[in-house]
Amino acid sequence: MTEFLQFLYQGLVLGSIYALIALGFVIVYKSSEVINFAHGELVLFGAYLVFTFRNEMGIPFYLALPIAMASMGVLGLAIERTILRPMVGKPVFAVVMITIGLAIAVRQIATSIWGFDPRSIDNPWGTAVHTVGGIRFTEVSVATLLTAFGLMLLFFLFFKYTKVGVAMRAAAFDQEAAMSIGVSVRRMTGLAWAIAGATATVAGMFLVAYPQFLSPDKGFVALRAFPAVILGGLDSTGGAVVGGLAIGVIEVLSQGYQPQYAPWLGNNFHVVAAYVVMVIVLMIRPYGLFGTREVERV
Amino acid sequence: MGLHVSYEQDLRLFPESGGRVGMAILVVVVLAAPFMLEDFPLVILNYSAIAAIGAIGLNLLTGYTGQVSLGHAFFIGLGAYTAGYFGGEATSNAGGLGLPFIVWIPLAGLLGALVGAIIGPFALRLKGLYLAIVTLGLVFVGEHLFVNLDAVTGGPRGRPIPPPEIGGLSFFDIGGLSSDQSFYYLVVPLLALLALLAKNLARTRAGRAFQAIRDREIAAAIIGVDLFRYKVAAFVVSSAFAAIAGALYGSYVRFVVPTNFSLFLSIQYVAMIIVGGIGTIFGSILGALFITAMPLVIERFSGSIPFLEGGLLRVSDLNNILFGLLIVVFLVFEPFGMAGLWRRAKIYFKAWPFSY
Repeated sequence: MTEFLQFLYQGLVLGSIYALIALGFVIVYKSSEVINFAHGELVLFGAYLVFTFRNEMGIPFYLALPIAMASMGVLGLAIERTILRPMVGKPVFAVVMITIGLAIAVRQIATSIWGFDPRSIDNPWGTAVHTVGGIRFTEVSVATLLTAFGLMLLFFLFFKYTKVGVAMRAAAFDQEAAMSIGVSVRRMTGLAWAIAGATATVAGMFLVAYPQFLSPDKGFVALRAFPAVILGGLDSTGGAVVGGLAIGVIEVLSQGYQPQYAPWLGNNFHVVAAYVVMVIVLMIRPYGLFGTREVERV
Repeated sequence: MGLHVSYEQDLRLFPESGGRVGMAILVVVVLAAPFMLEDFPLVILNYSAIAAIGAIGLNLLTGYTGQVSLGHAFFIGLGAYTAGYFGGEATSNAGGLGLPFIVWIPLAGLLGALVGAIIGPFALRLKGLYLAIVTLGLVFVGEHLFVNLDAVTGGPRGRPIPPPEIGGLSFFDIGGLSSDQSFYYLVVPLLALLALLAKNLARTRAGRAFQAIRDREIAAAIIGVDLFRYKVAAFVVSSAFAAIAGALYGSYVRFVVPTNFSLFLSIQYVAMIIVGGIGTIFGSILGALFITAMPLVIERFSGSIPFLEGGLLRVSDLNNILFGLLIVVFLVFEPFGMAGLWRRAKIYFKAWPFSY
């Protein structure tokens, strides 16, 4: 039982990171209708930026993180302005390929600057562990959970009660109608991408924290958040959170139990477990758990 | 000017007389090439021809039928491992049935088609981006399978693939030709045959059905295009082509590992059809040639490229950057790829002096 709770806890921690990644992804999708395959690499790049500010430049952690978030926000905005603007109106498939090209480019730049060696970001929680009731809680994981849920709560309040938040939702819902009541859709889209960049940074930093480390391969780990987005529904922010948590729990549980109970599924099944679950859910609900069903006009 | 006055004329492969002459010249050049080229360009051509088969398959699925698939690498790997298992000898870590080339090449295609038929129905349920992500999952599941079914695939350490030979004649050693030259005379005629097959598919009823599905699915269904049948057919044909390409690839390199068939391979194929030209057979071949040749050429001439000389960038860095850049440039400026450029050039010269 303790083992199960331990796995459940770790799954929720990982899930909250996936949820953050998925949230940023969905915010971009809702405002630009773009599947940003480069989001995983933005997570990676954000983590590297925190590393640079904190470890290499010696800026204290609680300053380094916001500075990195702001920088990535600017990067997100820049990507939206330079690469996505010319592609307005082009087929979706083309835009997806552009984000793939972008992903390759960003990964390349990251490895050129920081190389392949594994790094570790200095954070205030380090490797401290506490054991309560037989379950190990690393201080970092607690911080991860609190920060992730705090951010998600912040976004919930932002989208529901602030003027800008409501404007963003309006722009995502119906661009023309939003423009007609005075919402600057362009500004909202830019803001969406900036938010995506910032949340990616936070997610990235926690993703590579103890007991993980920072290396270029972590971009692929972020790819595992994709099933979370699809599971929840491409255009549902709530779905992204649910999907992220679900995928995190599924991944850790399968990593923990599959070798014992279903070894015939092969080694490292947990890597593909998320995709398998995603496909099963999609068969039942083709637009994800909370996605809106597309209504096609004939 | 290429005005067509009958349906039959519209369907013809070479509507203008110039086309037929051009093709005849091309055939002669292509057949004579191995005698005139050195090893390096020949190897590029061999790899490109293999990739072209795969690219044609993907273009039929994505370019003609509009089903976005990132899972092409899985089918290529499937073909390679089929060739290895059914054609190869059993080794210490992988099984093998030792069947002849004439059996395992079509078998690869058949198995690819079968698996494609299983994946096809998913396309019916899912649209656009959801389908793309599911095919992405296919690549990962595929890699997982290739690593774990080690009785067939040899696991992470890989397995050998047999060379192509028909009744004693090895395609690595025809007469006095080198192995690359001999292989060329296997893969290029095969490419020509398959390209003709695909072109015929595209210009007849099935091809029109595919394009109707791509352009407006609901409208296609309304006028009586059987969506199930044609979507599954697109997957079946595309996977069969990919598997054959995979079998040939495995046979050429003689040894494969699961990491050969990663997401990056899928992306390369998508890049091939984008750069070459979506929805054209000719474009698939051009794109395959370009995307295959580029990294090999860069690596070969890395001494003379300014960025690489000073050690500023590694060869793989430059490759990746150019790759990403190419995709972006073609998508923004010439969505019909190199085939589109070719078409525009042809029209320019045909309409001269009124071209603008």
